[in-house]
Amino acid sequence: MQQSNAYIIVFTAILTIVVGGLLSFTSEILKPYQKKSIELDTKTQILTAVMELEKGSDILGIYNTKIESVVVDINGAPVELDRKGNPIVPEEVNILKNYKMDPESRNYPVFKYMSEEGKVEAYIFPVYGNGLWDKIWGYVALEEDMNTIKGVAFDHKAETPGLGQRIQTAEVQNRYKGKKVYDASGELVSVTMVKGEGKGQPISDNQVDGMSGATLTGNGVNKMLMGYLTAYEAYMNNVKKGNN
Amino acid sequence: MSTETIEQPIVKEKSSEALLSKRRKRLVTDPLNEDNPISVQVLGICSALAVTVKMEPTLIMSISVVFVIVFANLIISVMRNLIPTRVRIIVQLAVIATLVTLVSEVLKAFNYEMYKVLGAFVGLIITNCIVMGRLEAFAMGNKPYDSLLDGFGSGFGYAWIILAVAFFRELFGSGSIFDFKVFEAIGLNIQNNGLMVDSIGAFMILGLIIWVQRTKTGYVEH
Repeated sequence: MQQSNAYIIVFTAILTIVVGGLLSFTSEILKPYQKKSIELDTKTQILTAVMELEKGSDILGIYNTKIESVVVDINGAPVELDRKGNPIVPEEVNILKNYKMDPESRNYPVFKYMSEEGKVEAYIFPVYGNGLWDKIWGYVALEEDMNTIKGVAFDHKAETPGLGQRIQTAEVQNRYKGKKVYDASGELVSVTMVKGEGKGQPISDNQVDGMSGATLTGNGVNKMLMGYLTAYEAYMNNVKKGNN
Repeated sequence: MSTETIEQPIVKEKSSEALLSKRRKRLVTDPLNEDNPISVQVLGICSALAVTVKMEPTLIMSISVVFVIVFANLIISVMRNLIPTRVRIIVQLAVIATLVTLVSEVLKAFNYEMYKVLGAFVGLIITNCIVMGRLEAFAMGNKPYDSLLDGFGSGFGYAWIILAVAFFRELFGSGSIFDFKVFEAIGLNIQNNGLMVDSIGAFMILGLIIWVQRTKTGYVEH
């Protein structure tokens, strides 16, 4: 059966309108649920940098009682309003969008992990960078001395399974615990992942064992950590001076 | 995967027949074994390799594909006499893409964890040759109820194969089933096999399944 051109055009037009309407309708209905899911996911990631979460624990509850958050700029000064003049919510700062800007004009969220008495136990900084194949990101938690790493949480988009993908495993992440981001002379050197794994090479306080077969992902992690720790250094110095 | 061809005999309609007649039962059971979309027609291999590292994402993927193929078959079959022949492929694609987007949006809202794991692959159901193949070869020429059954048959035929592949890959690659550490639980100390986590492992298991199946059914490639 050969239909006329007019029939085809009308048919496709109706199809487009029906399909388009249906999709935008569902998108509107589901938006609040999706927003909640993303929020929960972000908060879970922030918390995993400082604690082990059991499956099914009350993430939002823990988050609300334990975390206080601020946004700072490259000089460590607090930022209250975004470019459009709206109040900034630290949890909603899009790290990817900020990553694409100059380091000077980015917004830097800081998540403070509080003890029961209201003292800061750890400062959690988001980090973002490039792995071997695609983006990698995560959170680094520093203890209140702003030097010792309390924990890290890394995630990735497309690192090689079994190799670079290991940055999201507890086994690799635990290597960072207790490491120092400043060297003995007081210079910010970050923590670098060395090449090779389990060779028994000497590993200083500023290094962690590498991932065999994933040196390029490791380099990406190193660059990411160094970049963001440098960006947060002004804030870290402010905290150490007791300004915050 | 667009180069494969699908040649399916169009089943002749009869005036009235039982709700689950012999012919209709075959619509569902044939794709499970003798005419399996993955192991016999060798369609949809890409997603069978990509999502089968663990059982849980594989199960979600199976459900998504069954949902998409059943409804796409039904919708296209209902519209089959209205669809202009010259743009039928585009219409089929539009229907599939809409259903896939729905699945992906629902997943994003209610199972974000899985959305992160499966994100790209759910979107790629659109290009899954099984779905388009069934629409073009069956739904365009058969009544809605038959197409619905055919959708279930092909969907489940796809599902059980990728679940079987995922079972072995997770068991030997990660030592677990649905993230439950099986080997640890029964006290066996078996080293995880990194090959199984890679897509090569999927190829090998798929190959073994096809071998066993063809030995049993006596199917020969012509």
